[in-house]
Amino acid sequence: MTAIYNNLIGLILGDRQRDRVVPPTGYTASLTTFTSAAMAFLAVFAIALSLAASRLSDHWSESLARSSTLRISAPAPQIQQQLDLAMEILDTTPGIASARVISLEEQRSLLEPWFGPEVPFESLPLPKLIDIEENSSGYDGQSLRLRLIADVPGAVLDDHTRWRRPLVTAAHRLWALGMFSIVLMAATSAAIITLAARAAMSANAQVISVLRLIGAQDNYISAAFVRRFTFRAFNGASLGGAFGAVVVYFFQGQTDQLSILTGLGFQGTEWLWLIIVPPLMGIVAYIATRRSAGLVLRGLS
Amino acid sequence: MSVIEFENASYSYTGGELLSDVSLSVSTGSFYFITGPSGSGKTTFLKMCYGALVPNSGHVHLFDHDLRQMTRDEVAHASRKIGVILLDCQFLDHMSVTENIALPLAVSGEDRLSDNMNLKELLSWVGLIGRADALPPELSGGERQRAALARAVIMSPDIILADEPTGNVDWEMSQRLLQLLIELNKMGKTVLLASHDLSLIRLAKSQVQARVLRIANKRIQLAGANL
Repeated sequence: MTAIYNNLIGLILGDRQRDRVVPPTGYTASLTTFTSAAMAFLAVFAIALSLAASRLSDHWSESLARSSTLRISAPAPQIQQQLDLAMEILDTTPGIASARVISLEEQRSLLEPWFGPEVPFESLPLPKLIDIEENSSGYDGQSLRLRLIADVPGAVLDDHTRWRRPLVTAAHRLWALGMFSIVLMAATSAAIITLAARAAMSANAQVISVLRLIGAQDNYISAAFVRRFTFRAFNGASLGGAFGAVVVYFFQGQTDQLSILTGLGFQGTEWLWLIIVPPLMGIVAYIATRRSAGLVLRGLS
Repeated sequence: MSVIEFENASYSYTGGELLSDVSLSVSTGSFYFITGPSGSGKTTFLKMCYGALVPNSGHVHLFDHDLRQMTRDEVAHASRKIGVILLDCQFLDHMSVTENIALPLAVSGEDRLSDNMNLKELLSWVGLIGRADALPPELSGGERQRAALARAVIMSPDIILADEPTGNVDWEMSQRLLQLLIELNKMGKTVLLASHDLSLIRLAKSQVQARVLRIANKRIQLAGANL
């Protein structure tokens, strides 16, 4: 525990002399920074996608789970009678908090986007709709259907399960896809940083040779590389993450009319998720560089 | 008391055996010359002396610790008590001569450059006070060797190992480097100097009680009076 604490403090505070032993230039510096920036930029979108999918899933689950619709289609002379019977049945069904007949005006507003305002809805044989709200215990759908079949032959109960389930599943898959993308980005970053660290160590074989000659232990040598790569990755990820955040911010603002995309973004405290991107990239770089430094140093002995 | 002890140590590489069945005890404060033709195994022998190579068979003890039983970090720690000067002495080219010389202090975590007086004295001792801020690529061959010597002794090591330190310098500079090593030996340091320059060895023997080891046919033996 003490060793981990000391390593962490050493990583953050650094050592002026040790930090100077590796020459600061080389293409590996820009490669690490660029990779981290690019991956952080993409990670911001992956996080936004995951959060949006999670929100949609929650919304669809919660708003539709406790509601259902009863549709009554019957010849005009019978429809009011069946409607009254259905309401009686619903009022006496345990688990139903409220049942409300959807008015013609409400039906008009639902149908207008498809049929236009000129259609005379009053003269159409529209079915009657009853909006049902469940209480916390919910109702027994099977039993209610049997009662309706017996007394209200024109009634069809739609508890939204049929079309809600695939939507929620799709949202969950989108969330998983976003998370998988983040993992993939972290793994790709680790692979590229590993290659960059190995290239840096090969390019600095003379530095390692000198340090070994004067009695430097592996920890000292690897720390000289690890700290540099960790901070390059952290700084690159900070830049990429900030740029991604700005793009998402403007993307949100410009997509008001695209309902399927309006959810892609961050809401309220969700922006705080972006704070973890640079440290996460730093941790990935730390582990990747430390591991490759260890392997290289073992290989040189 | 011996600081380095070889016990039937052999070292072979893919190309074949380089050193065979070496037994030797290097005592504190002694001065050894290691000589032999080029490619005879002088460098291999010295590398085993500071733990850069481990014998394939037999044992090498550094400060009473068996090299084969030591971890890399233990070897690194032990090698801080050994100052090494190589023919192609390498430095960190982006750091000044002063920083390079002081690097062993930083690596060992000892007092950093707080003791500037000691560092200045050291630079003065090796004649590099005027080149303190120069970068290693700006140094001549002799200056590099002296900088390497200063770096080798800054930790006040018990042993100085020098592998052909005069190989790239003129006779005058060779004598100067030899004088510095003799001074260190008189201060109680153990010195092992690999060289094929017999005139240098003769010069040293006139000033210090040095033993000459000759490596030939993969074996090491004490050379006689006739060099």
